[in-house]
Amino acid sequence: MGELDIAQVVALSLYVSITATVLTSLVGLPLGAFLALKRFRGSWLMRTGVYTLFALPSVVVGLVVYTMLSHSGPLGVLDWLWTPIGMVLAESVLIFPLVTGLTMSAVSDVDESVRLTIRTLGASNRQLMMRVMHEARFGIFGAVMVGFGRAISEVGAVWMVGGNIKGSTQVITTAIMQQTQMGDFGTSFALAGILLIIAFVVFFVIREIQERG
Amino acid sequence: MGLAIEAAGISKSYGGPAVLSSVNLKVEAGELFAILGPSGSGKSTLLRILDLLEQPDQGEVTFGGPESILWDGQRLRRRMTMLLQRSMMFRDTVFGNVAYGLRLRGLQEREIRDRVLNALGDVGLQGFERRKALTLSGGEAQRVAFARAIAIEPEVLFLDEFTANLDPPNIRMLESALAAYRQKTGCTVVLVSHNPFQAQRLAKRCLFLYQGEVLGSGPIDDVRRLDDDRTVAFFRGDLI
Repeated sequence: MGELDIAQVVALSLYVSITATVLTSLVGLPLGAFLALKRFRGSWLMRTGVYTLFALPSVVVGLVVYTMLSHSGPLGVLDWLWTPIGMVLAESVLIFPLVTGLTMSAVSDVDESVRLTIRTLGASNRQLMMRVMHEARFGIFGAVMVGFGRAISEVGAVWMVGGNIKGSTQVITTAIMQQTQMGDFGTSFALAGILLIIAFVVFFVIREIQERG
Repeated sequence: MGLAIEAAGISKSYGGPAVLSSVNLKVEAGELFAILGPSGSGKSTLLRILDLLEQPDQGEVTFGGPESILWDGQRLRRRMTMLLQRSMMFRDTVFGNVAYGLRLRGLQEREIRDRVLNALGDVGLQGFERRKALTLSGGEAQRVAFARAIAIEPEVLFLDEFTANLDPPNIRMLESALAAYRQKTGCTVVLVSHNPFQAQRLAKRCLFLYQGEVLGSGPIDDVRRLDDDRTVAFFRGDLI
C-alpha cells in the first residue's frame, strides 16, 4: 500500500465528517424545527430555498468555500485553506441544507393534533418546539445520519479546499481518487470497502432506531 | 373550585364567511355547561377561543373566581386544559404521557408519580404506566388523555366531543370519571357535543349554535322546546 497510512486517512475522514455533522446539527436542527413550526413573511421562500440547496453540487460548494478562504478572500486571514478546519467548513456548508431540510420535514410530519394537544397542556412556545422535536426524534436522527453519510462520502469540495495533502488533509474519498490515478487499485478498493462499511454501520443504526420507534 | 367564564360578542372568521357571529356565553363556576350544534356550527372554534388557544376577531373572554381575571398569559392558560375528540398520544409510555403536563409545571418527581398513578386509577388503567402509548386501543388512549388532563388538576376542563367514536363501556367509564373529578374538585366543565342525548345526560344548561349563530341558550329543557325547526331536528337526533 506504499506510504499511505490508511488508519490516519480513516481517522481524519471520521474527524472531519463528525465535526461537520455536529456543528451543522447545532444550527440546522433548531432552524429546521423553527421553519417547520413558524409562519412569517418570507418563511415559504426560506423553506423552498433550503430544499433547493439539496441539489447544490459539491464542486460549487468547494469553489465558494475556496474563494472565501483563499488569501484574497474575505476569510483568508484565518488561514484555513488546505487545513482540516477548512474541510470541516466545506462539508458543513454542503450538508447544512440536507440536515435542516430533513429536520423541517420530520417536524412538519408531526400531526397538527399533537401540537394542539401539547398546547392544551400549557406548553410555552419553547416547550412546544422541544416536545415536537422530541416527537420527531427518529426523523431528526435520520436527518443527522444522512448528513453524516453525505459528509463522509464527499469528495469534490474537500479536494478543492483541503488539497488532498498526504498526512495532513487526505481523507478516504480523495485517497481513493489519488490511488486510482496512480494505478493502485488494491488500495483503492480497500479504502472503498472501509467507506462502505462505515456507511453500512451508519444506516444500520438508523434503521434499528427507527424500527424500535 | 372552578372558574366562571364569560364570553361577550365573540366573532371569528378565517377569511371566508363568519365561523362565529357575536356569540355571548356565561358559565357559572363549577357548572357543567354544554355547547351544542351540528357539525360545522363553530362549536370547536368557540371552545378553542374559550381555552385561549385562539384569539377572536372581536369580543372578549374573561374568567372569574373571587375576582375577575383577564388574560394574564401562560399562568391563566395553565389553569385550564382541553380534551380533544382525537386526543393524540405522545411517542412515550403511558406514564410519560400523563406526566407531561405536570413536568411542564415543574412539579417534583414524587408528586408527579403520585398524581399520575391516581389519575390512571381514576380511569381504570392501573398497571398501564409502562405501556407504549401508541400501542393502546382508541378507548384506552382516550382514557389516558383524560387522565393526562385531570392530572394537572385544571380549574376549567374543556371537552371537545370527548367520547365520540367510543364504545358504550368506554363512554360510561369516561362519564363516570368526569363526575368523580367534578365532585372532588368543583371544576368548571364546558362540553362540546353534537350528541344531544349525552348533553342532556350530563349538563343542565346549554348554548345551541347553528352556522356560527346562537339559536338558543339556557336550560337544556327550554332550548330543546324552542319553536325552531333546526333545534327540534337536532334534539330529535336528525341533524348531525
